[in-house]
Amino acid sequence: MLDACIKCNISFRRGVFEIFTWEGKIVRNLILMSILSALLILGWQISVRAGEEIEKGAKVFRTCMSCHMVGEGARNKTGPHLNGLFGRPAGSVEGFKYSEAMKRAGAGGLVWDIEHINWFIENPKSLVSGTRMIFRGIKNPEDRANLMAFLRQFSDNPRDIPEAEPTKAPSDPDVHPSILAIKGDKAYGEYLSGECITCHQIDGSVDGIPSITGWLEEDFVTALHAYKNDHRPHEVMRMIAKRLSDEEIAALAAYFAEQ
Amino acid sequence: MKLNRRGFIQGTVATAAALSSPMVLAGGHGKPKVVVIGGGAGGATVARYLAKDSKGAIDVTLIEPTRTYYTCFFSNLYIGGFRDFASIGHTYGKLASEYGINIVHDWAIGVDRDAKTVSLAGGHVLPYDALVISPGIDFVEDSVPGWDISAQNAMPHAYKAGSQTQLLKAQIEAMPEGGTYAMIAPPNPYRCPPGPYERVSMVAYLLKQINPSAKILIFDPKIKFSKQGLFEEGWNKYYSGMIERVDPDFGGANVEVRPDSMELVVDGEVQKVDVCNVIPAQKAGQIAHIAGITDDKGWAPVYAHDMRSKLDDNIYVLGDSSAQGDMPKSGFSANSQAKVCAMAIRAALTGSAKFKAKFSNTCWSLIGKDDGVKVGAAYEATDEKIAKTSGFISQTGEDAALRKQTYEESIGWYEGITADMFG
Ligand SMILES: Cc1cc2nc3c(=O)[nH]c(=O)nc-3n(C[C@H](O)[C@H](O)[C@H](O)COP(=O)(O)OP(=O)(O)OC[C@H]3O[C@@H](n4cnc5c(N)ncnc54)[C@H](O)[C@@H]3O)c2cc1C
Repeated sequence: MLDACIKCNISFRRGVFEIFTWEGKIVRNLILMSILSALLILGWQISVRAGEEIEKGAKVFRTCMSCHMVGEGARNKTGPHLNGLFGRPAGSVEGFKYSEAMKRAGAGGLVWDIEHINWFIENPKSLVSGTRMIFRGIKNPEDRANLMAFLRQFSDNPRDIPEAEPTKAPSDPDVHPSILAIKGDKAYGEYLSGECITCHQIDGSVDGIPSITGWLEEDFVTALHAYKNDHRPHEVMRMIAKRLSDEEIAALAAYFAEQ
Repeated sequence: MKLNRRGFIQGTVATAAALSSPMVLAGGHGKPKVVVIGGGAGGATVARYLAKDSKGAIDVTLIEPTRTYYTCFFSNLYIGGFRDFASIGHTYGKLASEYGINIVHDWAIGVDRDAKTVSLAGGHVLPYDALVISPGIDFVEDSVPGWDISAQNAMPHAYKAGSQTQLLKAQIEAMPEGGTYAMIAPPNPYRCPPGPYERVSMVAYLLKQINPSAKILIFDPKIKFSKQGLFEEGWNKYYSGMIERVDPDFGGANVEVRPDSMELVVDGEVQKVDVCNVIPAQKAGQIAHIAGITDDKGWAPVYAHDMRSKLDDNIYVLGDSSAQGDMPKSGFSANSQAKVCAMAIRAALTGSAKFKAKFSNTCWSLIGKDDGVKVGAAYEATDEKIAKTSGFISQTGEDAALRKQTYEESIGWYEGITADMFG
């Protein structure tokens, strides 16, 4: 059943997405109605299985952790925090810089309920084509179901919020606070950024090379120092980072944070 | 970012008036004028950065004869069947509409360095305060005996992308079963050091599918070539027995071609082939020679700090045409040099901040399906040249996942650099 629902969802997804993303109108035709009811059953199945799947979902969530935090103390990183996700209107987390497309989808009535989350994480761009979320998606329906079971805890029942453990990134080594404290010169960062955007696209899109726009400055600095000190593997990035001074890294972080 | 692009049009007049330019301007009035010859990796990038970062304070004109620029980078992937032709074509519309660059589709045919003007084939004469020349390469005459540009249909070079690339692919596809593709590889220095060998990989990939008993012969005047270990490893793995390289010890440097009869004469011995891809020796684009800024080796020497010509203070040379030191002639290099140059020109013309020059390059090559490799280096400007400071290269024996990731990375780079050139 689970599989069947997801298949029908995939084959009609395009029509559905156009209807609610751009118009914000609800049900347009019968096909849509039947998909929605099929998805309700899917949602029910997931909720029944939730108890067993949280643990697996926590593992799936590791793929999301470089950009999203969830749980106590979660804040916005490259992506918005995911506390209270279920039932939240799209594009509504305070202080997070969303794409125009995501804001529009939210204004048009997109709410993160179980079926929309399911579609979105399967292939973010197919649901909100202009999203800045540059993740290819989780194709395995079971992984998605597990992930949602895990995330639901942080929406439905605050008492269940666990310790920070699962949300702690498999982290880069800490950077000395004096380095983190350097205030980056944005104008210099803009000049230096020329070297980055030969590969990393300035509009945040991703085709085989990750996005570096809109990061928290602290994360950006930490990541570049991890390359500089050979903690992160990647020849190009190590080479580039090694010739950047601490001030230059801060300048780039300041510039890209605002793109 | 968005604001800058849109904002500069309204901001233009006010900004220009507020600036006190340290230079005497062309025609003695208005905004400083920069003319860019060539809308490729170097020229398109420098034009875009000048327009974007000066926010309209500099008047930028880009001269480029073709309306659609086909990138040489990834043109080999088109031959291999990994890209379609349209995907490597780019137009200049955004540079005009979003950045306010004056795009002139014409050939530059003369440079009057005293009057500081460029003349165009169409008859117009354009004044400049600073001139950027980035015309890519031209071929050294008689470097391959028997071949000249009139033979490029019988024996294509496909080393300037476009119809030549399509022609070469069509010829390979039309080869008789078990036929022979020959490549005459160029001597150093030439654009894209791994380019000929990536091409051989892609030709082999194509032939393996449509004509598996075909043969590939490379006649090479060089003893060694870029990424040699990586390419040879891949050729053995995927195209075993198909590719043979003749190095100078065996006549690779002593080849004459006969386009009419599709014959090669190697060390005096005549050999018939079905496709012959002649990549001649190279020199700076002709307009650099016409401008009188080239040296006896055929390239245009520049200072490393700003890419300014060593022979003319008002001219800058980018990319393949420049003799700058250690950087290979690549699209990545040209793009990197263009950004340093744009910053320096802006500083000279509008008094904006001047930062330290930084250059880098990475060249990806595709050897087989999902098997990408790369070589790269970082550079700094010294008084003498652009000098390499560090570098890396993919290793033989890397696992398939890493090679696939490297290939995917190259796709990302392609999207990145073309967006950086054309907006
Ligand atoms: C097969 C192949 C594969 C390659 N692969 C890669 C790769 O993977 N990565 C990489 O980084 N590089 C690669 N390159 C190299 C790259 O294409 C060049 O190094 C790069 O394009 C150089 O930029 P440029 O600005 O000097 O010249 P070009 O990009 O060639 O631009 C020159 C432009 O000037 C114009 N022009 C010439 N004369 C005049 C004139 N008189 N008036 C007006 N306009 C004029 C031309 O029409 C042209 O559009 C490859 C090259 C080849 C041939």
